[in-house]
Amino acid sequence: MATVRIPPVLRAQTGGQPEVDADGSNVGEVLRALTAAHPDTESQLFGPEGELNRYVNVYLNDEDVRVLDGLETAVSDGDTVVILPAMAGG
Amino acid sequence: MATGAQTKQQIEEIEPFEAAQEIEGGDVVLIDTREPHEYQEAHLENGKLVPPGLLGDEIAAAAPDKSARTILYCRSGNRSYKAAEQLQALGYEDVASMAGGILAWQEQGLPVVAASGMTPEQRDRYSRHTLLPEVGVDGQLKMLNAKVLLVGAGGLGAPTALYLAAAGIGTLGLVDDDVVDASNLQRQVIHNTERIGVPKTESARLTIEALNPDVNVVEHRLRLDATNIVEILSEYDVIVDGADNFPTRYLLNDASVRLRKPVVSASILSFDGQISTFVPFEGPCYRCLYPTPPPAELAPSCSANGVLGVMAGTMGLLQANEVLKLVLGIGEPLIGRLLLFEALSTRFTELKVRRDPACPICGPDAPEIPESELGKFPDYELFCAG
Repeated sequence: MATVRIPPVLRAQTGGQPEVDADGSNVGEVLRALTAAHPDTESQLFGPEGELNRYVNVYLNDEDVRVLDGLETAVSDGDTVVILPAMAGG
Repeated sequence: MATGAQTKQQIEEIEPFEAAQEIEGGDVVLIDTREPHEYQEAHLENGKLVPPGLLGDEIAAAAPDKSARTILYCRSGNRSYKAAEQLQALGYEDVASMAGGILAWQEQGLPVVAASGMTPEQRDRYSRHTLLPEVGVDGQLKMLNAKVLLVGAGGLGAPTALYLAAAGIGTLGLVDDDVVDASNLQRQVIHNTERIGVPKTESARLTIEALNPDVNVVEHRLRLDATNIVEILSEYDVIVDGADNFPTRYLLNDASVRLRKPVVSASILSFDGQISTFVPFEGPCYRCLYPTPPPAELAPSCSANGVLGVMAGTMGLLQANEVLKLVLGIGEPLIGRLLLFEALSTRFTELKVRRDPACPICGPDAPEIPESELGKFPDYELFCAG
């Protein structure tokens, strides 16, 4: 079981929860478990071809999955997956 | 005061020129028995500061060898004489006090290490900085000579500007085309109720001038765009990004990479904040972190979503901290690191940010920009809308 940290802009789609537990052996599976539990998050995380949207950064613990194996990056029990969108508020 | 004169005879007093000869010859421990602020203004080279009140505690570290020749000085010769008596009582065998102190020394044209370049008022104002070994007089002079541009004189810019001004950053440029609104005052502490309707750059300048007359405030009452950004950024050493929109953030990144200017970038929304420091080609840039801006529904503004007022202060002061480190060349700036702050849980999270080998702006395959094209940028409003 991994913990997914939900950014403020997606919390309306997770019933306000800042963190959601999700199962999966890799980052893609964990995010799919999240979208299965909270379907409104799907269109904001994934594009029409099922690829991760370019404007969504995803980290496994403190490392960007783009420099790991992307959605194939293996997830261990107790890992944290951080979803991070850019923010422009000043 | 016969007794005083009698006591005085017990301590050897030497003239400044004699002290200078001995110091020149070496093998002398030189002790400055004044207060820290006096020491900072001017002291003898290699003079070790041991304030009178701390003599008992600190002399052993400053002068460990009680048989060594030890010369004490102060401002005019009185405090050093008394300190010499104390040292003698502690068992120091070869102590002398310099008659007339550093005043007489300077009158004879002998050299001192002085806090040159700072006025007496500045030495007083910045004494808590100059006391820090990592800052010192040299560091304070760096701050007084630094030019920092704040993009946005709003939520983030307000606390950043206040503290940078207090710290003595010599030139503060402020970019903002907005006027003060009542809804700003819950977090934009550089403005106030009387200034509602006044341009933000002007309101900020008035506050800064009242706080610290050393600071030269340059108002840029405009919105940064492709036609003006290169000219404006060129004038500054460090850029602080507190913009409230994506087009400005991407434009600022691309221009600062071209001009090789470091950018301290933060953003806030509701109870969350992010901050990183982008130093072109030394670490990643904003585009390495965020290759494309999010669509509008995932990028709400503070005016649409709200923001806890203290988020501006928390993240703005983290930005000010980064700026001071860059100016002073000390510590470890947030290069290649993204720091997240969540106010509700009071949790900081640090994420790694890597240079993107495919970055179109700072990557190895990014096109070289000729001098004549430096000010030409694509249309960021369209890019961010799409």
